[in-house]
Amino acid sequence: MTAPEVAVEAQPQPPVRRAFWRQAFQALLLPVLAIVTALLLSSVFIIISDPEVVALWREITVAPGVALAASWEKLRLAYRAMLEGGLGNPALIWQGFQTWVTTGDATQLVKSLEAIDRTLVYSTPYIFAGLAVALGFRCGLFNIGAEGQLFVGALAATYIGYSIKGLPLVIHLPLALAAGAAAGAVWAAVAGVLKAYTGAHEVVTTIMLNYIAFRLSDFLLTGPMKRSGFNPVSPPVEESAWLPKLAPDPLRFHSGFFLALLAAYFVYWFLWKTTWGFEIRTVGANPDAARYAGISIARNYIIAMALSGALAGLAGTSEILGVNRFMAQAFSSGYGFDSIALALLGKSHPTGVVLASLLWGFLRAGATRMQSAAGIPIDIVQIVQGMVIVFVAAPALVRFIWRVRAVQEEGETIFTRGWGA
Amino acid sequence: MKAGTLDWSTFRHQYLTRDRVLGVVYLTFAVLIWWLFFPNIEPGASAKFGLNIVTAVKPPPLPDLVVPARPAVLFLGFIAAFLGGWQLARGFREPQAVLGVILIIFLVAFLLWATAGKSFNLVGMLASTLLRAAPITFGALSGVWCERTAVINIGIEGMMLSAAFTGVVVASATQNLYWGLVAAVLTGGLLGLVLAVLAVTFRVDQIIAGTAINIFAVGLTSFLSQSWLAVRQDLNAAGNFKPIPIPVLAQIPILGPIFFNVNIIIYIMMLLVVLSHIVLFHTRWGLRMRAVGEHPRAADTLGINVYLTRYISVTIGGMIAGLGGAYFTLGSVGRFDEVMTAGKGFIGLAAMIFGKWTPIGGFIASVIFGFADALQVKMAILRIPIPSEFLLMAPYIVTIVVLSGVVGRALPPAADGQPYVKE
Repeated sequence: MTAPEVAVEAQPQPPVRRAFWRQAFQALLLPVLAIVTALLLSSVFIIISDPEVVALWREITVAPGVALAASWEKLRLAYRAMLEGGLGNPALIWQGFQTWVTTGDATQLVKSLEAIDRTLVYSTPYIFAGLAVALGFRCGLFNIGAEGQLFVGALAATYIGYSIKGLPLVIHLPLALAAGAAAGAVWAAVAGVLKAYTGAHEVVTTIMLNYIAFRLSDFLLTGPMKRSGFNPVSPPVEESAWLPKLAPDPLRFHSGFFLALLAAYFVYWFLWKTTWGFEIRTVGANPDAARYAGISIARNYIIAMALSGALAGLAGTSEILGVNRFMAQAFSSGYGFDSIALALLGKSHPTGVVLASLLWGFLRAGATRMQSAAGIPIDIVQIVQGMVIVFVAAPALVRFIWRVRAVQEEGETIFTRGWGA
Repeated sequence: MKAGTLDWSTFRHQYLTRDRVLGVVYLTFAVLIWWLFFPNIEPGASAKFGLNIVTAVKPPPLPDLVVPARPAVLFLGFIAAFLGGWQLARGFREPQAVLGVILIIFLVAFLLWATAGKSFNLVGMLASTLLRAAPITFGALSGVWCERTAVINIGIEGMMLSAAFTGVVVASATQNLYWGLVAAVLTGGLLGLVLAVLAVTFRVDQIIAGTAINIFAVGLTSFLSQSWLAVRQDLNAAGNFKPIPIPVLAQIPILGPIFFNVNIIIYIMMLLVVLSHIVLFHTRWGLRMRAVGEHPRAADTLGINVYLTRYISVTIGGMIAGLGGAYFTLGSVGRFDEVMTAGKGFIGLAAMIFGKWTPIGGFIASVIFGFADALQVKMAILRIPIPSEFLLMAPYIVTIVVLSGVVGRALPPAADGQPYVKE
């Protein structure tokens, strides 16, 4: 194993640090530009969502200044609400911190930290679900079914969480987590098996499985898993299955966040440090080469899909055990679908996915505030997402808009491959 | 290997042939019919199938079809068992087609069981089948137009949703349904053009480009519907196209009410199926489309403009998806609801694959999906002892079964999904 090292040393090397920064800049430039472009374009939608501002634009020929000023004011309000909703007000945080140090009264500090808390809590399921889609991409599989797997995982975790009573936390919590992961894995593996043995494309089957999962959850929550009473919700999860909370009460920050980071490390380790991961990446990069190398494509499709489903199942599980503590119909609000954008934005790499998830958690927390403070419907997040996906998937488009020249031949990541294969 | 022992792989390859497996499957269906349905029907109960529906134009009324349920189910079981026995003993030349027949027999037995002692409007359900097949057919046709030139269009769902939105808004604003229809078609065409720009010019991964269109469409329509339509309810009240009976043809019993007394969007749909078939397989333009889809390099060498062909076909595909979108609002309920397409665009794609990338095949597949959907609604009305949520799953399960059962043999256009780089 020493021979290659000697060969490397013989070459003149560029200063390591500069090379690192240049690479980091190259890697971040296009995603950042994509996000900036998407935010700029969604400003247009923010402006047209306000009838009063639109009315002013009708008189643009008479009073151009008024319309522009009103639009600027609207955007300033909107983006300020987004920043405060997602990160909080630094001055207030500092003030709260000082009060806490001097008087020992933490209420002000806790209140000022609510925005960051929300961002972190939102980003937890995003990390899990984003990793799920990213892992699929690495095997050349497009798992659109994260949302359905998330529901099934949540259902299983909820069931284990409330039906078993009297277990200690060290047994009950892992059991509930495992149930959620296993249910998601099985649900996704159906699509994997169908793809491997019949060629049914996973994009269509996972979407169909989504709808089936939603109906299944409707059925269970109105029937077998319904809590006594009027609402179609499950009984509350036993306290021994809760993910421990890490912050005092109005805050909701829980240990699921660190579990998500752990999952990110696991995905990295699995994909890049194990033989199974190597096989999965080989199948994703070039199925023909994999086949000639004696790697079973069918086996890897099933493994990758099951693992992807397990991660998506954990996204739902962490929401149930960490935040909601019971299951309701339509509890997820689209984490599974958003995860596609996260995997793309993070270039299917765990580190990238974690960063993208934090950004998305921030956007979501900010958009909630935008809705309450500036009256902008929260669906603006989806508009931003759609555009981010387009721009990230089309580096040529971003380069075209911002006149950035391609510095080096980028390894074009292959995400999916048609109906065949 | 020792003589006399039988290991799994020998067993699998020598004895477990596809013909034998299918024979056993047929027999299983026969047993299922006898076991599930026969004992659960009241002796002497008869199933009444209505053959008339109430419309403005009345064809001469037909008497109801009354079938004694128990003997009929017994008889259907015998037919299935006979087919299974024949398959095992002699073998059919087209066992897959026989499987279709078996499934139909099973379905009829199911209907007899569900209707025993009650009455059920058969023609009503067939008419509703065609209506429910409509958005799926538009989706399938849109897919055929795009994929025959090798551009995968996953964004059909999003195109339909956006078109449904603009259709209803324009129709409400102008008080004219036809302007709404035009707006819906243009919206679909515009999104088709966007897909073409992304997929052809910028060579974005086509499945991802389509997904982006879907997410964008869901976001934008929900956003606008909350910020505008919630305030301006008058912009979300377009009314809908009324059925137009065709003179004489609408008077034909059974067929008349199903095919010749429907609204304009359904007529357009039927016309488009035929038209797409003719264009694709009997015109020069269609030949060019297929050449571009199968072997773009060869087509390019012969002087066909690959990019332009793809641009035009994908835009037309988008317009067809737009018509499908118009069906949701202008063709049925007359108002827009968030995410109202509910996966019909994706089911349309499955129908396209099932129909082997042909317009007529796609239409037939869509009718099967439409039937599953219509059946589910009627079964809920008949109050059979299956929870409604499971009935609602039916169309999606059928999609999965169909996709996994058929796609292995159906071949997409050779260059499907691959961007073309001109040399």
